[in-house]
Amino acid sequence: MANTIIMPKLSPTMEEGQISRWLKKEGEAIEANEPIAEVDTDKATMEVTSLDAGTLLKILVGDGANAKLGETIGIIGEKDEDFSALLKDSSGTNGNSAPEAEEKVETKEKPAEPIAEKAASVSVANGAAQKNVAETAGRSYDAQRPGAKEDAPQEAPKAEVESGGSEIKSDGRVIVSPIAARMASENDINLKSIKGSGPNGRIIKRDIETVISQQSTVSSQPEDKAEPPVAPTFGQAEIQNASRFRDENTSKMRQVIAGRLAESIGPIPTFYLTVEIEMDAALELRKQINATIKEDEKVSVNDVIVKVAAQALTKHSWVNSSYQDKTVRFYEDADIGVAVAIQDGLITPVVRGANRKGIVEISKEIKEMAGRAREKKLQPEEYTGATFSISNLGMFGIKEFTAIINPPEAAIIAVGAATPTAVVRNGEIVIKNIMNVTMSCDHRAIDGVTGAKFLQTLKQMLENPLLMLM
Amino acid sequence: MAILTIRDALNQALREEIIRDENVFIMGEEVAEYDGAYKVTRGLWKEFGDKRVVDTPITELGFAAVGVGAAMAGLRPVIEFMTWNFSILASDQIINHAAKMYYMSGGQFSVPIVFRGPNGSAYQVSSQHSQALEAFYANFPGLKVVMPSTAADAKGLLKSAIRDNNPVIFLEQETMYGMKGEVPDDEDFTIPLGIADVKREGSDCTIVARSFTVPQALKAAEELEKEGVSVEVVDPRTIKPLDIDTIVASVKKTNRLVIAEESHAFASVGAEISHQVMEHAFDYLDAPVKRISCAEAPMPYARNLEVLALPSVEKIIAAVKEVCYL
Repeated sequence: MANTIIMPKLSPTMEEGQISRWLKKEGEAIEANEPIAEVDTDKATMEVTSLDAGTLLKILVGDGANAKLGETIGIIGEKDEDFSALLKDSSGTNGNSAPEAEEKVETKEKPAEPIAEKAASVSVANGAAQKNVAETAGRSYDAQRPGAKEDAPQEAPKAEVESGGSEIKSDGRVIVSPIAARMASENDINLKSIKGSGPNGRIIKRDIETVISQQSTVSSQPEDKAEPPVAPTFGQAEIQNASRFRDENTSKMRQVIAGRLAESIGPIPTFYLTVEIEMDAALELRKQINATIKEDEKVSVNDVIVKVAAQALTKHSWVNSSYQDKTVRFYEDADIGVAVAIQDGLITPVVRGANRKGIVEISKEIKEMAGRAREKKLQPEEYTGATFSISNLGMFGIKEFTAIINPPEAAIIAVGAATPTAVVRNGEIVIKNIMNVTMSCDHRAIDGVTGAKFLQTLKQMLENPLLMLM
Repeated sequence: MAILTIRDALNQALREEIIRDENVFIMGEEVAEYDGAYKVTRGLWKEFGDKRVVDTPITELGFAAVGVGAAMAGLRPVIEFMTWNFSILASDQIINHAAKMYYMSGGQFSVPIVFRGPNGSAYQVSSQHSQALEAFYANFPGLKVVMPSTAADAKGLLKSAIRDNNPVIFLEQETMYGMKGEVPDDEDFTIPLGIADVKREGSDCTIVARSFTVPQALKAAEELEKEGVSVEVVDPRTIKPLDIDTIVASVKKTNRLVIAEESHAFASVGAEISHQVMEHAFDYLDAPVKRISCAEAPMPYARNLEVLALPSVEKIIAAVKEVCYL
């Protein structure tokens, strides 16, 4: 007999879970006690395990989508069994309260606990889930039209990906104006996926109209229906020539990290990483380049750093990103903002797609834009929308400093002067040109190791410029 | 079409009906030799004499009762109250007798009577003379309640009221007597009771206004149009029977409703409309229905406080913006 698989309570504070990924496909056989899906909770990624053997008949909440406690996420049963009755129940009440259905799913943290303990934890979890379901069913508008039970649950995850989730009150109630509820129902829009703009987060007509217009734009692009694309696809930015980007849902954990850290330090929880870079090879490279080109085209150390940083960024997507609460925006290209001092201020002309440009071309662009910047003739699109910034005070003899992140970029590097320094190499004291680079990192997107790995790449590339060819 | 004041449009209606039907007569305080306290009956006594236009003592209960009796005997009296505030003295005759006679006599006596006069506020007539009583009378089965807001509506509705076989409460507004509007010349021009009028079409918000608040709502709609908000103004004209269909159709189109009324809010006609809209158009509302009513206080005498107590164009604009989430 077919049964529902519900979102179990996987941590004491959990209110909803995000399906990290399904480990089983529809139609695939499931052994008893076999993990069937991974779920991101606010604490950790946990496995959902089936108590029953059978076949996974239907996935109702797809990869990346959220489900509240007790919400039906899938159906298990005999192969080819008719489970339409369960769909009716689950879409009507957003969960199934039939007692036998509650027993079918249980969870385990990795590594597995003994069976007996598991069974005990299941009943507790299901009790809580059931209560939640009852409240939800009694008080919320259901976004799914009775006639559309079969397809509505499949649509739901798509809508959630697009618009980032509503503020669901603690009792699970979605506040929505009657006309908005009606329009959502007519257009198969999941109200839980919408953030209301009315008082108390009330979802109003305008919000539904926005979603409908977004959906029509999305559906006009014949992309993505089912499978997540293998190669990430990037959307077009508003600023002309700016890097294309893709928005990926932030994981529960990422959201919690972001919230906690931001609470601790200002709006952008910043931390700093400093690395010492031996610049002799880079200086040599610069010399070689300059020997082959005209006097007025000569490249600076900074030009080389811009190029190398851009190259390194393509290997470290989190550093070339923007944290935006529900999603993280990853940029396809490295659009590098280069800080330029001008009279009574500072401006950062942007070298678009620096990863795709040669050092000489970058150099020319910076010279040209810096010149116009000093005359205050830069257009807004030339100094906004960078994905990463570089500030260099080496020419002023500054050895080391920290720079302030220019939001929504996730990081900026502060470049000091390359100075001949006595260092130990192979047990001997030698003189090398040492440059200190300090990166300010937005901790909501970049963790210590993420930042350190980027700086490692930057260091390796500057110390061995041939690596850029890799 | 002639341009007439509401006062003259009412006068025309009375004159035409007196000529049309020999059973029609006017009775009230100062309606004859003085031409009426607000000159609505001007010239009628001179033209038609004592039998058709009758001055009474200051005895509202008495002349209302005489009117009810005359109507039962087959005449069609038009009883003027100098203001509707004074009708409270006569309310036993209106509510207990006029409204119920047809029912309690098993259909033997119909009461084709019109009670008319100015309702609501004027300028600084204070607490006892500024009341809007439509909800009070609309509450009782057996009475029709009419509230015109233009000269044409005043004329067409008064003629229908006089021809109606039921008691009709006809509520005018003192400050609006001088307002002018086009009135059809046709002597048989009437407006049936129970039909609302869309005074202005719009798509973003409906304002249901009556009498005093109709010009305010139209002015508010004009101002809001400059800000890109399209407002529909619906005037029910007859409070009872209420043309809820027109109101509901409008709300289904705009999804938002503001009700502007001169009366107090509690258990008002606006409250009834709000309820009926909730009943018939719940699934079409995008915001809670908003009402602009008179302040919950006896009307102050001081002009500045009186202005603050009453509905205004500004209050209506603010309410529309609120329901449109602007």
